Amino acid sequence: MTVVEDFGRAPISACPACTVVPAAERIAAMRAERDGRVVLSLPGAEGAVTISTVEAALAAVPGVRSARVNLTLKRVSVNTAPEVTVAQLIAVLDGIGQEAHELDPGLLSATETDRQGRDLLMRLGVAFFSMMNVMLLSVAVWSGAEDATRDLFHWISGAIALPTVIFAGQPFFKSALASLRQGKLGMDVPISLALILASSISVFETLNSGHHAYFDAAVMLAFFLLVGRYLDHRTRAIARSAAEELAALEVPRAVVLVDGAEIETVISAVAPGDMVLVRPGARMPVDGVVIHGASELDRSLLTGESLPVQAGPGTVVSAGEVNLTGPLTLQVTAAGKDSSLHRMADLVAMAEGAKTRYTSLADRASRLYSPLVHILSFSAFGYWMWATGGDVRHAINISAAVLIITCPCALGLAVPAVITSASGKLFRKGLLIKHGTALERLAEVDSVVFDKTGTLTLGMPEPVVLADQPQDALAVAAALAAGSSHPLARALAEGARALGVAPAAVSDIREVPGQGIEGDWQGARVRLGRADWCGADPLPATATYLAMAGRTHAFAFTDRLRPGAAKAVAALQAAGKRVELLSGDAEAPVRDLAQRLGISDWQAGVLPAEKAARVAALTAAGRRVLMVGDGLNDTAALAAAHVSISPASALDAARVASDIVLLGQDIAPIADALRIGRQSARRMIENFLISGGYNVVAVPLALIGHATPLAAALAMSLSSITVSLNAMRLK
Amino acid sequence: MEILAILIPVSLLLGGVGLVAFFWAMKTRQFDDPEGDSHRILTRDWDDRPKP
Repeated sequence: MTVVEDFGRAPISACPACTVVPAAERIAAMRAERDGRVVLSLPGAEGAVTISTVEAALAAVPGVRSARVNLTLKRVSVNTAPEVTVAQLIAVLDGIGQEAHELDPGLLSATETDRQGRDLLMRLGVAFFSMMNVMLLSVAVWSGAEDATRDLFHWISGAIALPTVIFAGQPFFKSALASLRQGKLGMDVPISLALILASSISVFETLNSGHHAYFDAAVMLAFFLLVGRYLDHRTRAIARSAAEELAALEVPRAVVLVDGAEIETVISAVAPGDMVLVRPGARMPVDGVVIHGASELDRSLLTGESLPVQAGPGTVVSAGEVNLTGPLTLQVTAAGKDSSLHRMADLVAMAEGAKTRYTSLADRASRLYSPLVHILSFSAFGYWMWATGGDVRHAINISAAVLIITCPCALGLAVPAVITSASGKLFRKGLLIKHGTALERLAEVDSVVFDKTGTLTLGMPEPVVLADQPQDALAVAAALAAGSSHPLARALAEGARALGVAPAAVSDIREVPGQGIEGDWQGARVRLGRADWCGADPLPATATYLAMAGRTHAFAFTDRLRPGAAKAVAALQAAGKRVELLSGDAEAPVRDLAQRLGISDWQAGVLPAEKAARVAALTAAGRRVLMVGDGLNDTAALAAAHVSISPASALDAARVASDIVLLGQDIAPIADALRIGRQSARRMIENFLISGGYNVVAVPLALIGHATPLAAALAMSLSSITVSLNAMRLK
Repeated sequence: MEILAILIPVSLLLGGVGLVAFFWAMKTRQFDDPEGDSHRILTRDWDDRPKP
């Protein structure tokens, strides 16, 4: 069979070099995946100097066509020839002292939200323009313009207001129609009704040269409500773009081996069966089986255990694990959308659906409010029809006034203003609110469940009491450790340097992948690495071992505490929250950490499903759980909790599942977040009460027919301003 | 009162000019990077000749 095939292909590969063509084509296709536009994130960008230096430095790179810094988003977009690599640009920026990360431009789908935002802003501008003009004309009417003058002013106001209401009111009309189709009375139904009724009754009054026209009220209503809409949109757009930026930071790249050549390519171009090279320190881009090489794997993001696992030919690896010591060649079993990481993310997306069942304060308010508005307005109509003996014009006038005055102008601002103000505050503290109702849910939390590795700790080892070790052993260990990029070795070398121990003169240092490092010291062989390789008895904790002059020394490590962990736990306990620690790690390190932080409730060796079950059990017991975690083993629990937080270093799936992302390393802002969440829930309720209070005064006036357009304008603007000011009181 | 026939169109026209200017600013994406633009005006990079 193969012979026939080879024979059939013979005419094409007449020359020996031509057999390379398919591979060369594939290489070209993979290289072409990257287009000429590169977006880099510049977290340290600040001030005018950054703009000049970054743009000048990038423009000096041959092949760069243009570069433009956006300081608001802290990004630079570069237009390059295809031969310029991203690594090259990052190195150039590094040279001028700018930290830069590649962003995946495909993930930064800013254009759609951008378009929506500009659309809303455009409508807002139009509404503002006509509100100002109509208001000027109305002042004349309020101050006593009569007869022909008043009619003229009403006509002009109408000419401005009607197109405005039709254009600026569209977002409300559309959403009202959508909610009516579902048979519900949303907040937008009374809004649309008020806009339409106010405009049409005003047109009717103008035609009959009546006293009162509500054109000013209609455009004002549209303006204030659009402000609320725009604030709401902007908060969500900022959160979304920051979240996208986090996702885009991990540009999924893999090094594929095609006929011995190493080609860097995007994950989507990797197919099962390909050979992928994973360098030490890199994260597995795909699921696969190890073909060559020996190394150790850090699986802490997936399982929570902090001890590295040995890997060699035949080991099955999953995307997301970190390769620690030696280069590994994998045969891909699943990549991209099919990899285990992505399948997990899909599960999370399904669990997310459950979260949308939460009814927000705004929903609850509008559920109470909408029927009330309609009932009041219709009963006013009915009463005045009866009282005036069938004067339709008068009755409609009054019911329109009721609708305009009760219309939730301040209600539309009550929640967005608070959320904008609170998420701005939290963003400055390093917390990113991803979900609109996260703040309200945060306010209800009474129990906090923490994960250990990567959440309360940094997942970075730290040597324990190095000073107790003999000096010469430490010096030899430091010399050996300096030759490796294994996290334990790096921590050991750093610890020795901090103690002021100079590395001993060790020659012929070489790393044995998956085992450790060895070298010659004073004519004898010394080894630093795994217990069995060094001939030592393993300790129960994370440790590395030194074999030297016939003796072995053990260096134990603990996981470094995340900055602010102790403060956060203490603050939460002081606030009367129940704090619990659930970890997938072994018992000893978990007990140790719980004691250090003063957490009495802890469990070790918890499986991912057990974490989710524990959270569900707490919820069933009537508790509102805040889950803080970072790994794949936490995602189910994060999705099941009432509200969840994950650090920016967390796995993509975990970040997707959580409502709030902690951008900095410090975890202390969690306590602040709870406080601000409680405060903003209180402000929202206050805002509802304020706007309700204005109605209590104004509605009776409207019902007995004494509400003038002036009263409506006053009530509307005063309540909107009070509500916005109240939102800004957040500390 | 005849003055109204002039004043009202004038005030509307002026307001309209402001509205058109706002539309133009939005169309030409002048709100994309407010922070950068406030710094950009102070740089001396292209003071002598325009950026190519």
